[in-house]
Amino acid sequence: MSKWKVLLVDDEVEFVTTLSERLNLRGVHAQTAFDGEEALRCLEEDPPQVVVLDMMMPGLGGLEVLQRIRKEYPQIPVILLTGHSSTRDGMEGMRLGAFDYLMKPLNIGELIEKIGKALESVGGK
Amino acid sequence: MKVQEWFKSFHLLDFPEEGESPVRYRLLRRNMMILMIVITIVPLLFMAIMNYHQYQSTLKDEIVNPLRVLVNKTKHSFELFLAQRLSTVSFIASAYPLEELADENALNRIFRVMRQEFGGFVDLGLIDDKGVQVSYVGPYDLKGKNYEEQSWFHEVRIRGTYISDVFMGYRKFPHIVMAVQRRTDGGSAWILRATIDTEKFNDLIASMQLDPSSDAFLLNKSGVFQTPSKRYGGVLDQFPLVLPPFSSEANVVEEKDPQGREVLIAYTYFLHSPYILAVVKPRGEVLKAWYTLKTELFFLFLFSVVVIFLVVLKLTDVMVRRMRESDEKREAAFREMEHTHKLSSIGRLAAGVAHEINNPLAIINEKAGLMTDLLEYSEDFPEKEKFKALAEVILQSINRCRSITHRLLGFARRMEVQIEVLDLNEVVKETFTFLEKEALYRNLDVRLQLADNLPRIASDRGQLQQVFLNLLNNSFAAVEDGGIITVTTYEKDMDTEAVSIQDNGCGMSEETIKHIFEPFFTTKKGTGTGLGLPITYGIIKKLGGDIEVQSKEGKGTTMTVYLPKKPRNGSGV
Repeated sequence: MSKWKVLLVDDEVEFVTTLSERLNLRGVHAQTAFDGEEALRCLEEDPPQVVVLDMMMPGLGGLEVLQRIRKEYPQIPVILLTGHSSTRDGMEGMRLGAFDYLMKPLNIGELIEKIGKALESVGGK
Repeated sequence: MKVQEWFKSFHLLDFPEEGESPVRYRLLRRNMMILMIVITIVPLLFMAIMNYHQYQSTLKDEIVNPLRVLVNKTKHSFELFLAQRLSTVSFIASAYPLEELADENALNRIFRVMRQEFGGFVDLGLIDDKGVQVSYVGPYDLKGKNYEEQSWFHEVRIRGTYISDVFMGYRKFPHIVMAVQRRTDGGSAWILRATIDTEKFNDLIASMQLDPSSDAFLLNKSGVFQTPSKRYGGVLDQFPLVLPPFSSEANVVEEKDPQGREVLIAYTYFLHSPYILAVVKPRGEVLKAWYTLKTELFFLFLFSVVVIFLVVLKLTDVMVRRMRESDEKREAAFREMEHTHKLSSIGRLAAGVAHEINNPLAIINEKAGLMTDLLEYSEDFPEKEKFKALAEVILQSINRCRSITHRLLGFARRMEVQIEVLDLNEVVKETFTFLEKEALYRNLDVRLQLADNLPRIASDRGQLQQVFLNLLNNSFAAVEDGGIITVTTYEKDMDTEAVSIQDNGCGMSEETIKHIFEPFFTTKKGTGTGLGLPITYGIIKKLGGDIEVQSKEGKGTTMTVYLPKKPRNGSGV
C-alpha cells in the first residue's frame, strides 16, 4: 500500500491535528487546513488524493469548498464530515458531488475504509 | 323589563364558558330547550285560546239563532191563532143584535157555523151586566150561572176583551176563555163569552218538530204550564224553574233544570196574551258540534305540543352534541398543535445541544483514539495496560454519548421529510429501542422477525420511525401485560417491502375499523387525541405506501405497512 495523501479540513484545530496524527500513525499522509481558504491554498500547492472536509466552518463553508473542489479538481474525491447528524446536509453534499459523508464523532477505522473506497473509485491506489 | 329579569334569573342567555364541561353542556341544553319551547308554545297557546273563544261565540250564534227563529215563528202562529179566535168572537158580538144572541136557537146556529169555520170552540154564552148567563150553547148546562164574583168578569168590564189562562174549570179539560164586552144603545153592557180547548195549542207546538231531547211548552205569566211538557210537568203544574226575564223578542238563557242538566231556554213573551212560549234544549245537545270541535282543538293543541317537544328535544340534542363535538375537536386540535409545537421546540433544542456537544465529543474521541494509538505503538511501560484500559473506557463512553446525541438528532429530524436509503430492519429495531423499557416493565413478549438480506429502500427514516412508533404504541395499548407482539419484515414483491405488526390484544369491531383513520376518532377516551393513526396513514401515503388492517374483537390486530422500495413520482421528496 503506497502512502495515501489526504487533506483534512476542519476549523476545530485540536480535532484536525489529532486526527492527522492518528492517520499518520496508520501510514496515511495527512495534511491539515483550518478553514476553507487554507484548504484551497493547500490544494493548489500540493494536491492531495482525497479531501476530508467538515461541513460547518466559519468563513468559506464546507459545501462551498466542496463545489470549488468539484469544479477545479474533479478527480479528487471528497469525504464530508458533519457534526450534525442531519442526513439532509449529507444528502445535499452527496448531490453536490461528495463521495460520502461521515458523522462526528468518527470511527477511525471507518474513515480509513471510506478513504480507501474513495481512492478506488478514482482508480488510485 | 319583567321578561328580561326573568330571563336573567334563569341565566337563559348565558353560556358558561368555564366550569365542568358536562355541567356546561347540560346548562346549555336546558337553556336552549326552555327558550325554544317557550317561544313556540306560548304563541301556540295564545292562538289556541283565541281560536277557542272565537269559535265558541261564532258557533253558539250559529246554533242558537235557528232556535230563536223557531220560537219567534211559533209565537206568531200562536198569536195569529188567538187573534183570529178573538176577532171571531168580537165579530159575532158586533154582527148580531143582542136579542138574537139571547135567543138560544139563534145562538146555537151561530155556534155551529163558528165551530165549522174555526175549530176549537167548545161553547158560547151570553152574559148580562149582572154577570148572569143569559143564553148558552155547549155541552154543559150553564144557563143562569152567575159570574159576577169572578175576576175575569171584572177584567172584561174594564178592558173590553179578555183572554184567560188555561184552566180546567168544571169542564175537566184544559181550555181558555175569551170574552168580549159590548154595549147596547141604551148603555147597558153585555158580554159574549167563548171557550176554546187548547188541543190546537198542542198542534202548534208539535208543528215545531223538535228533536226528542227538547221540550216546548206554553206558560202563563206566573209560570203555570198551559200546555203539557215532556219533562217538567203537565198542564197547570208550576214550571219548576225561575221564569226568564221579560222579552218580547225571542231570547235565550242558560239554566240548570231540576234534573241537573245544563239547558238552554229559548223563550218569548206574548204581547197581547198572558203567555210565554218556551223551548228547552239540553245544552250538550245544542252544542254537540261545538264540543266535538273543542275536543278536536284540544287534541290538535296537545299533538302540536308533543311534536314541538319532541322536535325541540331532538334538535337541542343534536345541536348541543354537534357543539360539543366541535368543541372537543377544536380542543384536540389545539392539544395536538401544542404538542407538535412542543415537540418541534424540543427537537430544535435537542438538535442544537447535540450538535454543540458533538464537536467537543469528536475532539475527545480523537484524543482518546490517539492515546490508544500511541499506547499501541509505544514500548511496554509499567502502567501500559492500565492506560489502555482507561482509554478504552473513554472511547466506550464517547460511543454512548454519540448514540445519545444521534438519537436526539434523529428525534429532531422527524419534523422534516427527507428521503434516504435505509434498512427497514434497522429502523424497526431503532424504533423498538424507544419502547424497550415499557416492554420489559410490562413483561411483553416482543418478537422481531426480521427478514435477512432485506434490500435497502429509499424512504424517510424519521417518518418511518414515527409510523412504527405509533403502530407499536397502539399494539402496546391493546395487549394485556404479558401479551405477545410480533413485528415481521418481508419483501412483498419486486417493488414493495412490508412490515407487519401483530398483537394478541383486544382487537377492534368492524365499526371501529371503519373509523380508525378518521381524525379525532379515538377509543382511548380522554387520553387519545385520535390523531395517531391518521398521521400514520398520512405519512405512509406520503411515502407512497399503503396500510392494511386485520382485526378480530378479542383475538388481536395485525397492521401491515407496505412501502415502495423507491419513492414514487410526486410522493415525499
